[in-house]
Amino acid sequence: MKFTTKWLKDHLNTNKNEQQIVNTLNRIGLEVESINPIKNELSDFIVAKIIKAEKHPNADRLKLCDVDIGDKNILKVVCGAPNAKDGLLTVYAPPGSVIPKNKMKLEVSKIRGITSYGMLCSESELNISGESQGIISLGNKYKNKVGKGYFDSKKENTIELSITPNRPDCLGVRGIARDLAAAGVGKMKQIKSKKIKKNKKKINVVIKKSKNQSCSIFGSCLITNIKNQESPKWLKDRLISVGSRPISAVVDVTNFIMLDLNRPLHAYDLDKINNKIIVRESNKNESLNALDNKKYNLSDGMCVIADESGPLGLGGIIGGTSSSTELGTKNILVESAYFDPSITRKTSSILNLNSDAKYRFERGIDPNSVEIGLQKAADMIVEICGGEVSNFQITKTKKFSKKKIIIDNKFPSKVLGIKINSNEIINILESLGFKCQNKKNNINVEVPSWRPDILSKIDLVEEIIRIKGLDSIKSIEPEKKRIHQTLNYEQKHFHLAQRSVAARGYLEAITWSFTNEKINNHFLNNRKINKLINPISSDLSVLRSSIFSNLVQKVKENIDRGEENISLFEIGPIFEGKNPGDQIINVCAISSGYASNPNWNEKGRYIDLFDVKKDLLHTLYELGTEKNQIVIETTNLPNYYHPGKSGNISFINNKNNYFASFGELHPNIINQLDIKTNSLIGFEINLDKYVKLKQNNKKYKVNYEISEYQKSERDFAFIIDKNIQAQEVINLIKNVDTYLVKDISVFDLYEGENIPNDKKSLAFKVVIQSNDKALTESDINAVSNKIVKIVEDKTGSKLRS
Amino acid sequence: MSEIEKIKSQYLDKLDKCSSTDDLNIIKNELFGKNGLITNQFKFIATKTENEKKSFAIKLNEIKIILQEKLNLVIKQIEIEEINKKLSKEKIDVTLPERSFKQGKIHPVSQVIDEISSIFSEIGFSVAEGPDVENEYNNFTALNTPQNHPARDMHDTFYLSEDKNLLLRTHTSPVQIRTMLKGKPPFKIIAPGRTYRCDSDQTHTPMFHQLEGLHIDKDINMGHLKGCLNYFIKEFFEVKKLKMRFRPSHFPFTEPSAEVDIGYDLKDGKIVIGEGNKWLEILGCGMVHPNVLINSKVDPSKYQGFAFGIGIDRLAMLKYGIKDLRSFFESNYKWLNHYGFDPVDVPTNYRGLSR
Repeated sequence: MKFTTKWLKDHLNTNKNEQQIVNTLNRIGLEVESINPIKNELSDFIVAKIIKAEKHPNADRLKLCDVDIGDKNILKVVCGAPNAKDGLLTVYAPPGSVIPKNKMKLEVSKIRGITSYGMLCSESELNISGESQGIISLGNKYKNKVGKGYFDSKKENTIELSITPNRPDCLGVRGIARDLAAAGVGKMKQIKSKKIKKNKKKINVVIKKSKNQSCSIFGSCLITNIKNQESPKWLKDRLISVGSRPISAVVDVTNFIMLDLNRPLHAYDLDKINNKIIVRESNKNESLNALDNKKYNLSDGMCVIADESGPLGLGGIIGGTSSSTELGTKNILVESAYFDPSITRKTSSILNLNSDAKYRFERGIDPNSVEIGLQKAADMIVEICGGEVSNFQITKTKKFSKKKIIIDNKFPSKVLGIKINSNEIINILESLGFKCQNKKNNINVEVPSWRPDILSKIDLVEEIIRIKGLDSIKSIEPEKKRIHQTLNYEQKHFHLAQRSVAARGYLEAITWSFTNEKINNHFLNNRKINKLINPISSDLSVLRSSIFSNLVQKVKENIDRGEENISLFEIGPIFEGKNPGDQIINVCAISSGYASNPNWNEKGRYIDLFDVKKDLLHTLYELGTEKNQIVIETTNLPNYYHPGKSGNISFINNKNNYFASFGELHPNIINQLDIKTNSLIGFEINLDKYVKLKQNNKKYKVNYEISEYQKSERDFAFIIDKNIQAQEVINLIKNVDTYLVKDISVFDLYEGENIPNDKKSLAFKVVIQSNDKALTESDINAVSNKIVKIVEDKTGSKLRS
Repeated sequence: MSEIEKIKSQYLDKLDKCSSTDDLNIIKNELFGKNGLITNQFKFIATKTENEKKSFAIKLNEIKIILQEKLNLVIKQIEIEEINKKLSKEKIDVTLPERSFKQGKIHPVSQVIDEISSIFSEIGFSVAEGPDVENEYNNFTALNTPQNHPARDMHDTFYLSEDKNLLLRTHTSPVQIRTMLKGKPPFKIIAPGRTYRCDSDQTHTPMFHQLEGLHIDKDINMGHLKGCLNYFIKEFFEVKKLKMRFRPSHFPFTEPSAEVDIGYDLKDGKIVIGEGNKWLEILGCGMVHPNVLINSKVDPSKYQGFAFGIGIDRLAMLKYGIKDLRSFFESNYKWLNHYGFDPVDVPTNYRGLSR
């Protein structure tokens, strides 16, 4: 909503300056968005300096000028003036500006093959004088004005407010004046109206009753024998000052009244109306050629103002061309009506149509302003265009009863935390146009008709503190008392997992929750695709099924940017369905490049599966799960990993129910996404599942027993079938004697020469120790023999001699 | 001088001059070898008279200990000298680069969420959450924003169903509804999280982060709201002084509603919070609208309180001087490394926010 202080003073007697007014507006909730000098059709013309004028390469009479238009902007402009020369100060017209003399709108254009950005002007072109021999030559006093407007603009500013949707009353200058008056900036002026004679001319108006009838008041008057014309300067200036384009007196008057009183009006050419006005719901087969030069196909149930031939306009939204007024219009019908906010909004959103009227009606127009609007329109049109006015005809189908609210006089203090007495409450509310009756403990309040937003007592509290000032509320220090834990069990694991993965050397990324559908399809792993109805772009059209879908793209982008070694992770939601709650918190990490760069001291080594497995297990350990509680599985692997180089992790007491996985990303995916890497390996933890399945760590630690007795180490190398997994052998060895076998490590894996093709040599170091005696050689041998026998029997392997 | 006294003075002298392990071994052998001088003297004990025996034995033992101690001392000295000699040949270039290590980082948004949680933890707020996909009711209707209300224009919503019932939450406020429907008052929560609007330009990203705050109890008033926000902003920016301005505004789910500006100054192109005469809008807040309480099965005649919403990304930008919002989500490796935080740098209320 734009206005000027000059316009404001039509409604408000005040001696406050613009800054004081602006401060008050901000203080009472009418946020000032911008303050800018008024723009008119002449503000485009600016002082410029020709830096260099050369002959046009393709034309003898033309010059090609480098023109300084201020702010370090130098443009190329083609010019035909003989006096164009280096250093000349002159007037420049940018593309888009309209030359006053011939009303021609400038465009960027090619003149003899050279693009010209705008034009340098003569006095004649600017309607200053008849001089058209050359471009304006400005004196030296303009030297410091390059880039500034050539025509002195008056110092007046346009103030733009960002009006919140609850305040339709402030979409008119008078409403803003009223709020300012309440805040002590001045006194409201009365609306003056002239006594004009009215005749009995009349046209029939019918509001068709129906369930979804948007129009409940239709006021109109006829003004006949007018001479429609260009508006007087003051009116044009007013409209221009708030960025509105003058058209003709009749249209300008209706626009002016809308901006002035927030009372939208519409003027029809009476001679183009067929017999009578019918306000009714539209039919599916109707259409409207609207004033915005578009044709709208209407559907059932939209509010149209029609005559016997068909729709003339969409009620509260836009008029039609069939009955529009023109400069030659002689007789008009002025409409001042009330349309329902939500029906208006619904219609305009179906048609995707925005207008100033719609913006106001959907927020709620004062139903009591119908007559004031007609009166003011009649006054102004008769004054400018002459003519005779008919009696006002106001058809109502609904009574707007006055809203009444009872407010306990202690209620504002209870909400606001400061003492406010009844008198102050009443003073503030009355200054805003409310009517108050003071009862014992309550105040009976009648809400003014222009405030559709005030529905209950809490709305009154907002009015009171808005005007009194929020700074009158004293700050109360917060109490440092904690009743509940800050983080719950799941949140603690989120926090731990995030810090733990980062501590493994991964950089945390945050990527969109939506992703590229094609890439996501690689990572679906049987999950449902969840499409957005209105994605921001076609490559962000689905909710992500795996964070990998985004991370692989980010790895690729970083590699393409020249990064060599990349370790990224993200912790956040992935989506299994479209309903609230169909999401899982996942941790996803990915690595590419070297584990250690080649350097003076070592050969380089690319990251491999076991680096990433280490990071994953280390993280699980930090989350409170130890190695002996989990099992690595190689069945049901997610299909986005290399099938032979990946694994799942389940709890040992809940096998085949994996909560984490790790592996090399599938070579086909890397190939299709064209990621230039030697190794791309990642892991995922389904954190929600993990937390649900894991044992709570809130328990006493198991008593730790230290053995005082000597430990012995024995090495075993088995020639074993290639398909048998290390984990299986380790479990066999462990179970030989869970008490005496303290630790098992794999110290060698060998395949190749001297070993059959389908076999491998796997070597284990086993620590054997008792907690309560020194083991003899024969004790140890007994355990060793058992280990060899069990492993050989169960796996068909042979101890290597 | 007795024979053993002679041995003693002669060999103490020899040991003083000894400077190599080889010489030392010879001396050791001459004294304590099978036929060593001291070894032999012990053999003489038996030849002494009963009277002499005891005093000779004591004397001999004394001398043996003195010589042995001297010998050990010299051994240590020689060893030290020999190590020192060896060290002079063992110099390496310690300025060669160390073995590489990977330094992980926490994203600035995550760090700021932890900072915020730490601050609110101190004044008794718990962290609550809600889903990213919401229904139309929780995101709008329950928050006093009925269908066909122009306030919905402020939110460019991503929809997941044609009937517009399923959507990506446009703010964290639906967590208010979920929290209140799930429990019984009092409520004192913050809810940080991802939020989405169908909007993308220099200063808007389709996904961003918000922090919701909600405090409902029997008599929580607007003074408490002011105190809470004042405390939070001061702690967050780690400043002692803070200029704060509450401007009336409108949100359908709070009434009265306010926007909060903080005072700042620009010094060398950097924003300094708490000084200067410029104002920066940083959050929206207000007293929870009674309709929201009713929709959340809380009796507004018994309970009241405040709510607020803050843009987390913006807070991070202000505090850490990050200029471009979009860069938060680009995952540029250099950017993450530069603006990220060390994982052990955990903000806590006993340690403080910054290292």
